[in-house]
Amino acid sequence: MSVVHADLHYTKTHEWVKVHGDGTATVGITDHAQEALGDIVFVETPDVGRQVEAGDGCAVVESVKAASDIYAPLAGEVVEVNTALADTPELINESAYGDGWIFTLRIADAGAVDGLLDAAGYQAALDAEA
Amino acid sequence: MGLRTPLFAEHERLNARIVPFGGWDMPLHYGSQLEEHHAVRRRAGIFDVSHMQPVDITGSGAGSFLRRLLANDVVKLKDPGKALYSCMLNDQGGVVDDLICYYRGPERYRLVVNAGTADKDLDWMQAHAAGFDVQIDRRRDLAMIAIQGPQARALAAPLLPADCRDAALAIAPFFAADGARWFVGRTGYTGEDGFEIILPAEDAPGLWQGLIAAGIQPCGLGARDTLRLEAGMNLYGQDMDETVGPLESGLGWTIAWEPLERQFIGREALVALRDNPARRDFVGLLLTGRGVLRGHQQVLSEGRVVGEITSGGFAPTLERSIALARVAPGLGATCAVDIRGKAVPALVVKTTFVRHGKPAQAF
Repeated sequence: MSVVHADLHYTKTHEWVKVHGDGTATVGITDHAQEALGDIVFVETPDVGRQVEAGDGCAVVESVKAASDIYAPLAGEVVEVNTALADTPELINESAYGDGWIFTLRIADAGAVDGLLDAAGYQAALDAEA
Repeated sequence: MGLRTPLFAEHERLNARIVPFGGWDMPLHYGSQLEEHHAVRRRAGIFDVSHMQPVDITGSGAGSFLRRLLANDVVKLKDPGKALYSCMLNDQGGVVDDLICYYRGPERYRLVVNAGTADKDLDWMQAHAAGFDVQIDRRRDLAMIAIQGPQARALAAPLLPADCRDAALAIAPFFAADGARWFVGRTGYTGEDGFEIILPAEDAPGLWQGLIAAGIQPCGLGARDTLRLEAGMNLYGQDMDETVGPLESGLGWTIAWEPLERQFIGREALVALRDNPARRDFVGLLLTGRGVLRGHQQVLSEGRVVGEITSGGFAPTLERSIALARVAPGLGATCAVDIRGKAVPALVVKTTFVRHGKPAQAF
């Protein structure tokens, strides 16, 4: 059974979003996503400074099985990326919601957060997939 | 739902992730594909390969039938138990399937063909059996377990029946020990030593449980694929198929050109291609830039597309990305691969990357 954290927001494409008080949000992939992908061996992070629209493919996670696009959950500017993933991509398997975070955005429109799924909504989406 | 092997309940008990493959529901991994891969390189792992299809070929015309059917020549098989890897070609020189052929005695052979192609293969064999005194027996009653790794044979030996245990430990690579119920080949698809055991379906769960109890790592199709890729072994349907033959997929060594008078299916097409200067090469690639090589990515040289990756992935033993690729003749020592629109540099190398746990070439 995959872990879903109550204090995060989610997308149907299995990204999680942690909204900070300073107008930024950190993005990663969910426990369900890392488990489905299998052992992760390479992560391509976006360039810092890149402007993204919600739904843009802006990172790639490659497992032993296949490459998967990671989509920006919100519009904004990439302000930080997890450089540790370059040498230790397995952090996503080991700590999907923690050390395996992928990038941080400065959110263009704080109101857009309301359009994301909450934990109950994501859990319901997982249940519907199963 | 796909077909299930006699070991399906064992996979469920081990919490395998099950995926469809060649019409079968098979284990992809049992937790971590990387751990399974390393277990085979360092110690031992077991694989359920019961989806593969043994086919027994017997009758006074068995040998002459196979000399017509296969691009390699079973006349090389003089000692009982000896195995031969071969392609079975169509008239255009494309590959209907690749297979292993074991010689069991005069006019007695056992083929092992791929799962997804078994129906087609049997139809092909039947269609070309006219005029030969031959029986073609698809053995649906048999299961198959591969045990691979440096310690595989020693760990498996106590579980073998008395009538083939000593023989199984004595045979050279690419031979089989033929017991009354079990058939033990010293063959595999990983680049490591080991056995492939063909046995009655009802015996398979007991052997599997014994191997698990001996502490051997169960391994799924995921590790099977990264192990065979590191070993530079082709996968049917990916590295070659009915439109691409052995000369353009690194399997020229499996064609028995002599004797010249042996008219095997596909020979004329192969002879024409052999002398064609445009014939494509089959090479190994080692990615030096960042990323992961995957099937169908384009190979670039001096900005031009010169070929395509047929199999690619992350090589756990090398901790690098590697690939097999079909390219225009004359590619130099370096190239690039188009990964999501970026030309990422790679080295052109031999197709064997790993053998017996170690890099097979200096990278």
